[in-house]
Parts: sequence; C-alpha cells; structure tokens
Amino acid sequence: MANRRLQLEVTVVGAGPAGIAAACMAADQGRKVAVVDNSPWLGGQIWRASAHPGRGLAGHWINRLRQSGVSVFSNATAFAAPAPHVLLAETPDGVLELNWNKLILATGGRERFLPFPGWTLPGVMGPGGLYAMVKSGWPIAGKRVVVAGSGPLLLAAADGLKQAGARVSLVAEQADWGRVVRFGINLWQHPGKLLQGAGVKARLLGVPYRCGCWPVKAEGAAQVERVTLTNGSRSWTEDCDYLACGFHLVPNTELACLLGCAMAEGFVQVNEFQATSVPDVFCAGEPTGIGGADRALVEGQVAGLAAAGAWDQAQTLFGRRAAWQSFRAGLDQAFALRPELRELAAPDTVVCRCEDVRFADLKRCESLRDARLHTRCGMGSCQGRTCSAAVRFLFGWENDSIRPPLFPVRLASLTGESSPSVNHNLETPQPSNK
Amino acid sequence: MRDQLNILVNGKPVTVPPGTLVAAAVAQAGVSSFHTSVHHEPRGPLCGMGVCFECCVTINGQAYSRSCLTLCEEGMEVQTNG
Repeated sequence: MANRRLQLEVTVVGAGPAGIAAACMAADQGRKVAVVDNSPWLGGQIWRASAHPGRGLAGHWINRLRQSGVSVFSNATAFAAPAPHVLLAETPDGVLELNWNKLILATGGRERFLPFPGWTLPGVMGPGGLYAMVKSGWPIAGKRVVVAGSGPLLLAAADGLKQAGARVSLVAEQADWGRVVRFGINLWQHPGKLLQGAGVKARLLGVPYRCGCWPVKAEGAAQVERVTLTNGSRSWTEDCDYLACGFHLVPNTELACLLGCAMAEGFVQVNEFQATSVPDVFCAGEPTGIGGADRALVEGQVAGLAAAGAWDQAQTLFGRRAAWQSFRAGLDQAFALRPELRELAAPDTVVCRCEDVRFADLKRCESLRDARLHTRCGMGSCQGRTCSAAVRFLFGWENDSIRPPLFPVRLASLTGESSPSVNHNLETPQPSNK
Repeated sequence: MRDQLNILVNGKPVTVPPGTLVAAAVAQAGVSSFHTSVHHEPRGPLCGMGVCFECCVTINGQAYSRSCLTLCEEGMEVQTNG
C-alpha cells in the first residue's frame, strides 16, 4: 500500500460548508492547503455535491473550492495524530501523512439517536441519513414514511423525501408547539431561514406536523412495519415502511478530543478567531455548536482567515457570525429534549448497537468507563459514536476517553507499511485497560 | 461516463445510474438486513453518513465496507451478511 507524506501550511478536516469556506479563505491568502473528507463527495452531509452539482450556495462554494488550488482528498478518513502537527488519514490507496502548520477541524455533526423498543429494526433510520441516501439512489417512491424525533432537519428531510415520491404520513416533533412557534417567530432575524421554512411548510401541505409527540415503539418482522407514538396522554399506531427518527444533532468532536482541545458541555471551545485551546488548531461549524450551514460558513471563513494570519479580514466577519450565534441558541432552546424520552427504553432494549448492550445492563453501571469495563458499551466498530449521545442523555455519562485509531482502519494503515516513522509514532496506549 | 452500471448484490444483477450508493443498490435488490449484530439481530443502515457502521457489507471481497460511503462501480460484487 502506498503511503504519501505531504507538507502543508493549512490542513482542513471535513469538506462540508465550514471546511470548504475555511480552505477557500486560507488558499485566497496564498497558503498551501489540503482538505480531507471521509466521503466520496464534496459538501458534507448537507450539500452532497454528487446529487445536485452547481446549485445555489452549495454550487458556489464547491466550484470556488475546485478553482482554489486546494488539494482535496475525498475518501480520506483522519484516524490518528501520532505527533504534534501530524495527522494520519486512511484512503483506499494507503495512508496520507499530513504535516501541518495550522489545522482546521470542520468535522460537522451527526444525528442523535435515542433507544426505544424496536429502534434497531432495519428501516428505522435517521431522517437526515435516509434523505441523504435517497439523494444517492435509495428507493423511496411510494414508500410510507413516518418522520419523528426533533429539530428542523425533520421538516427538511420530510420535504425532500416527499419530493422524491415518498408518502410521508406524519412529522412528529417531540418539542412542544409553544417552543417551536417561539423559535419560528424569532426567525424574523433571519429572513432567509424564514423563507426557507415557509417554502418547506408549503410543499408539505397535507402532511401533518405534530408537536409534543414522540415514538415509543417500532415493530415489524424482518423490518419496521409500524410505529406507536404518544403525546403523553394518548397513544396511536401508524403503519410505515420506514421510520425516519433522529433527535436533532450532536457534534463530531472525536478528533478535537484526541488532540486535547478544551471542551465545554460537549462542544469544542473556541475564541473569537475560532482558535481552540491547542496552539495552531482551529475549529468551525457544528463541533462548536449546532447552528446549521449558514453559521458554519461564516465560522469556516473566520477560521480560514485566522489560520492564514489575516486577522483584520477575519474580524470583518464577526458581526455576521454573531447573528448566527443567536440562531444557534434559539435552536438549542426550541428543540431541547423532553425528560419523558429517558423512559422509552425497556430493560431489554439495545442501547449500544455494535455490542448489543441492553438498557438493563447499563443501569447497573456507574459511569461510561464502568459500562465499558463490564458491558463493552461504546467499544464496537462505531466506537461509541451512536450510543455516546444516548448514554449522555439517559445517564449523564461523559465520554472522557478518545483514543486512536478514531475509526476502524486496515492493519496496514496502523503498521504503516513502507513508512517506518508512522509505525514508530503509532505506539500509543492501546484500549486494553479501558 | 457510462449511463448505467451493472453490479451484483448477493449474486443478483442490479442496474443503477452512476452516483448510486452501494447501500442504495442493496436496498434496490430488496435486501433489508445488511448484516447481523453480535447477537444475530438483523440490522440495516441507521445514520447514512458513515458513523454507525450498521450498513457494512462485503464489497469486492473487502469485508466490513461501509456501503453508505461507497459509490457503485461497474462490475462490483456486493455480499450482505444478514
């Protein structure tokens, strides 16, 4: 397997809105920049260039990146940081060793999943995940879909699924109507968002959007066939081919944690220039707070300019960024999880899907470390990415142990075939004493 | 670029346009269980974005490949483990 070593002034991890904006701005300042992203497309989850190249804001930024002279590595998964200013990424052709002066983390977010009976059945998926796959060929025409969980993504996904031919029978938002309405009213500060929301709502005419209700049980033989929902006082059942269920978003902070960046309430702490507590490491977008693509774009631009030393230019964007911070705070408030969701899992409900660890097994544990030692919770192939948000909400456990490799990688990537220095540097603590 | 790609999912021919995910082709083949969990429960994709590893299948002999992060290529052979 071929290994490549690159010397870069700025390395960006993640090619979503924040990463693309950061890379473009740093390249504009004359810096030598590379972007690595673990997917085959540009634009991250929200833009997914392969589906709609050239459209609107996404097309503008993706084209700008393509013309910027930035080296783009798709299908490249950052998995270790064996030495200061060194990042390793696995690609289908071998390992990239990125030697950077400045590093920008734009790792995005993922959907939050909460366990309830039947949530592991095939056909129960994240709304964003299902919609993303529909854009890349997943057959949905004529299928009955219930969309449930929380956050603005539910409406966006329902809209996209309906346009792709799905029969969306219900959008069930767990947050109460009052909170969602207050959030909607506050959108006057962001007319673009208001118009976007109004458009989605108009296209969804005929699809009920019910607040204050949530799924309690999914059932089916080989895959999901029906879902039972409740509004706290009344329960009912909806037949479906898919249950698209996710509870807002959580940040991808594993790489930031591995590098030792200071965190606050699950998010990466940054200063006004998007600099983390670790020298020369910047962070932008969802890892610093769940605020969507517009906020990520501004943060990415600030991070890219700051990483290139263009402090004055970065400062000119502070005002625009501040407006999006209030949008972020509004999201947090409107879509805060209701406590009833902690009661959904039955004793035999799987919480950690990789290791099939059940709720009753976890209830006997005192911490995530304790749970790892006794049940292997969070130690499977996703390395706790799915269950860590759930156990944080259910039990208040923080994931305080992030170790390389950040993703499962080939043995050859770890041993660093034909690259002795990589081999040497990877002698890091092994997870045997977890 | 070809208009259509021909791949095999568990030996069954599936024809898809370029840009189709392997996960989508598996669904088009009518397969819902992509693999089984450590306690042999059927599982399919959950996150659709490379995080959860529930969509893993064998692609051209490479076990444990995330089908939600892999685009179909002409002649690809996909084996689910459900």
